[in-house]
Amino acid sequence: MISLHAVTKQFPNGTHALEGITANIEAGEFLALLGPSGCGKSTLLRLLAGLDAPSSGQIAWHAAHQPGPGDIGYVFQDATLLPWASAAENVYLPLRLRGRGRAESAAHVSATLARVGLAEFAGTRPKALSGGMKMRVSIARALVCDPMLLLMDEPFAALDEFTRHRLQDDLHRLWRESGKTIIFVTHSIYEAAYLASRILVMSPRPGRIAANIPARVPEGPTRRESAEYIALVHQVTETFRQVMPA
Amino acid sequence: MNKLLERLAPFVFGVLALGLWQGSVWALAVPAYVVPGPIAIFNAYLGDYKILNPALLSTLTVTFAALLAATLLGVFLAVAMAASTLLRAAIQPWAVILQVTPVVAIAPLIIIWVNQPFVALVVCATIVAFFPILSNTAAGLAATPTELLDLFRLNGATRWQTLFLLRLPSALPSFLTGLRISGTLALVGAVVAEFVAGSGGFASGLAYRIIEASYRLEIPRMFAALVLLGVSGIIIYAALGLLERFLLRGRNAA
Repeated sequence: MISLHAVTKQFPNGTHALEGITANIEAGEFLALLGPSGCGKSTLLRLLAGLDAPSSGQIAWHAAHQPGPGDIGYVFQDATLLPWASAAENVYLPLRLRGRGRAESAAHVSATLARVGLAEFAGTRPKALSGGMKMRVSIARALVCDPMLLLMDEPFAALDEFTRHRLQDDLHRLWRESGKTIIFVTHSIYEAAYLASRILVMSPRPGRIAANIPARVPEGPTRRESAEYIALVHQVTETFRQVMPA
Repeated sequence: MNKLLERLAPFVFGVLALGLWQGSVWALAVPAYVVPGPIAIFNAYLGDYKILNPALLSTLTVTFAALLAATLLGVFLAVAMAASTLLRAAIQPWAVILQVTPVVAIAPLIIIWVNQPFVALVVCATIVAFFPILSNTAAGLAATPTELLDLFRLNGATRWQTLFLLRLPSALPSFLTGLRISGTLALVGAVVAEFVAGSGGFASGLAYRIIEASYRLEIPRMFAALVLLGVSGIIIYAALGLLERFLLRGRNAA
C-alpha cells in the first residue's frame, strides 16, 4: 500500500528525528510502531499523513491506494475534541469540512457513534464525557469518512488500564471486521503485542527501524493469556534489550 | 453558611465604611464643601439627578460606542496578525506604541483633528480600550491546539473554515477576558477624554459635570458623579462577566 525508501527527517532546529527508514506497509495490516519516547515514531506518522514532508527519501503510495481527501483517519494522543460542540457535532466535523449537509449526514453520524458504543451520548459535550468516552468520540470522528488508512498516535496512553483494555478489544475487533489498514504508534510492548499483526521496533536518536517482528497471536477471548501472546512479549522485550543503547 | 457570609461580606463592609464615614463627618463637624458625608452625597444626587442622569447617559453612550469600536478593531487586527506573520510584525509595535502613549497626551490632538466632539471622545476611549481585546484575542488565536489545526488540514479545510469553525471559537474565552478589561477601560477612556475636552468638547458627560462642580465647590455633587461612575464601572464589569459565563457554559479546557 505504501513504500518508504530511505526516509529521513531533520528539523530546522537540528533534531535528527528519523534516519534511513525503509519499509513496506501492506493493505489490511495492523502495524504497530513501537519504541521509547523520542524515537521519531510520531514524526513518522505525521509524514505518512502528509502533515510534514521528509527531508530526504521517498514515501510512495501504490497506484491503487492513492489517498484522496477523507481516506486517512488520524487519532491523536489526546481526544482533541472541540469543547464547544457535542459528541455528534464533533463526529460530524470532518463531513462538515467537506461541505456535507448536517441533515443528510445525521444518520451516518449516529451510526458511527453507535459503532463506538456512544449512541446515547450524541448530544453530550466533551466536558461531561469520561476520558475513555472522549477517545471513543475521537475514534468515531476518524472513522466517519470511512478512511482506508487509520493512523493512531498513542491514543490510549492517557487512559487507565481497564478503559485501555476495553478500547484495545474494541479497536482490534473493528480492525478484523472492517479490514482497514491501521498504523498504531505506541510505547507499550504489551499493547503492540496484543493489537498488531506486525511490529516495527524503533530505536532512538536518530529514529531507525531496529526490528521487524510479525505477530501471530490467535484470535479469541483468551488472547491476553495465550502462550503465543506471552511468547511475543518476551521476543519483543528481548529485541529491545539487544538494540537499545544501555 | 460560609458561602452566604462571603456573599454578604462586601455589603457589610460597605455599610460599615459608610457608617464610619458619616459618623466621622458628624463627629468632627467637617463642612460639606471639604468632605461631604454619604447622606449629603445622596441628597446631592436627589437634587441634581436631572443634570447627572443625562450626563451619565452621555458618558455611557461614549463608553459603549468605544467598546464596540474597540471590539471590531481589536478582533480585526488580531485576526490579521494571526493570518500572516508579516502583518503581525507590521502591526504589533504600533499597537504597543499606541497603548503606552498616555491618552491624556494625544487627546488634545484628536479633539483638534476630529471636529465632531462625540466622535473625538469615542476615538480617545477606543484607543484606551482596544489593546486588551487585541492582545488577548491574538493570544487566544495563537493558542489554537496544533492537533486540531492538523485535523482541519487533514480534512482539507479552507482558511475560512479554519478561522470560523476552529480559531475564533478557540479564542473566544481569551477574547471575553480581554473584553471584560476593555469594558472598564472604555469608561476610563471616555472620562479622561471628557476631562481633556473640558467645556470645549461635548460639554455634557459626567466628567464635565465633575469639573464644573469642582469649580463651583459643589463637592457633594462631585462625589455623586463619582459614585455614578464607580457603580457604572462595576455594572459593566459584572455584566461582561455574566456574558462570559453564558457564552462559555458547558465548555472546559479539553
